[in-house]
Amino acid sequence: MTDIAWIDAALTSARPRAVSALLRYFRNLDSAEEAFQNACLKALDSWPRNGPPRDPAAWLIMVGRNVGIDAARRQAKQQVLPDEDALSDLGDAEAEIADRLDESHYRDDILRLLFICCHPELPETQQIALALRIVSGLSVPQIARAFLVGESAMEQRITRAKARIAKADVPFETPGAPERAERLGVVARMIYLVFNEGYSATGGELPLRAPLCDEAIRLARLLLRLFQTEPEIMGLLALMLLQHARSAARFDEDGAIILLEDQDRALWNRPMIAEGLALIDKALRHRQPGPYQVQAAIAALHARAGRPEDTDWAQIELLYGTLERLVPSPVITLNRAVAVSKVQGPEAALAMIEPLAKDLAGYFYFFGVKGALLQQLGRNDEARTAFDRAIALANNAAEAAHIRTHLDRLQKDSAPADSTPAAEKV
Amino acid sequence: MLYAVLCYNSEDSVFSWSKQEEEAVMSKLIAAQEKMAKAGRLGPVARLMPTTAATTLRKDREPAVVIDGPFAETKEQLLGFYVVDCASLEEALDFARELGKANPGGAYEVRPLAVFRPGTLAQ
Repeated sequence: MTDIAWIDAALTSARPRAVSALLRYFRNLDSAEEAFQNACLKALDSWPRNGPPRDPAAWLIMVGRNVGIDAARRQAKQQVLPDEDALSDLGDAEAEIADRLDESHYRDDILRLLFICCHPELPETQQIALALRIVSGLSVPQIARAFLVGESAMEQRITRAKARIAKADVPFETPGAPERAERLGVVARMIYLVFNEGYSATGGELPLRAPLCDEAIRLARLLLRLFQTEPEIMGLLALMLLQHARSAARFDEDGAIILLEDQDRALWNRPMIAEGLALIDKALRHRQPGPYQVQAAIAALHARAGRPEDTDWAQIELLYGTLERLVPSPVITLNRAVAVSKVQGPEAALAMIEPLAKDLAGYFYFFGVKGALLQQLGRNDEARTAFDRAIALANNAAEAAHIRTHLDRLQKDSAPADSTPAAEKV
Repeated sequence: MLYAVLCYNSEDSVFSWSKQEEEAVMSKLIAAQEKMAKAGRLGPVARLMPTTAATTLRKDREPAVVIDGPFAETKEQLLGFYVVDCASLEEALDFARELGKANPGGAYEVRPLAVFRPGTLAQ
């Protein structure tokens, strides 16, 4: 991995903590963002020369704060600027910097930042987009993909949200209990999207983006500590733990995706699964089912199965049915279809997904699932068409490579194996 | 005399350890227990899940109430415990001091056991 790729990923991972700490110092979102941007520029200059700092976030907070204070002084023309070298030499003083930062502050900082992004004057879609942009530092195309909308529409949404929040007062007092509870759902959703950004990482970016999953889990633990009795926050945390527990088994040495049913379950993180299961138990006692709890319950059924063939697909199909009622979406129907294919066979599943074709015309997984179902039915030509479409829609190289293995298998099925020269394979 | 060594620390900081830090602390803790284990004087050892996984049954009212979360909201949380057989309090404190070298912050409460039943749980 190149220096730039490493730095880029490190900046992304450090961002929530750094921006929110800077917001605490400057009490103004624009100043905090600007200070962070400036610190990033200094990092791009300093890190390749001095090597990566031990704690990138601490480095960025300290540098960002100093740069921001300089900017303020320059504006006020009160003080002579300090020597630039004093800032770029900070790499040497990392240990000291880290000690000086109060570690216990940063989660409250992040929570405050999340709540500010979830300002009630903003429509929910803008709140989430803004939080993803500001707290997580996701790019506009990444956010657009997570929401299944076009990039320009998302760009517009974020610009509008920023303009509105710039006019609004930034609430520095922690919100009151009712207000906080109201925003909790939005913040929870945002956290899950942060998690998914880490979870959907592939290939070389994996080790550097995966910390987003840990960050999301930490955020959810903090939220749960603040909202001890919220079953949906328990569900959210359980869901993320159960999914993250599989991370060591999800890719092979070449970075290719390993499907759930092919994963080496010995690589699953047992303590994480145990914690997820404990949280689901707690949540279900409340008898207030919500989308996170149901998804966590589905993940729990996978986690409980010692072997793929022990999976309780009938129960999983029921849970997806519940999820469809709670939050109707073609993507959830698509997932239920996968469960249906295990219980009733590929034909029934294919019939279920046909009506989704229009809504999911731009969705990679739709064509991946469709191709696999057609393949199981021996309809190889149609399967090939679906897989080709999936490759065209793949979000990254690993997804495309995974579909290519299906195509290879089709090729082998339709021609004598040794008559297919390797070079001709897609 | 049997002593319980109860481990208190801020779970905020403990659960934000990196994987490397976590592994380093755990191997140091195991090394610290080794002497007691070899002498056959180390009893049950437990590490608890975070307090977010806890549920509390309050039985000071009728009917008893189930509450999400730990019994007490404290700055430092009960995160685990050891049971050791020591000749004296000083020896138990020495064991706690050894453990203490493995990780920063927090406290160990050393408390003699009044009753001990090792139970029948398989390993």
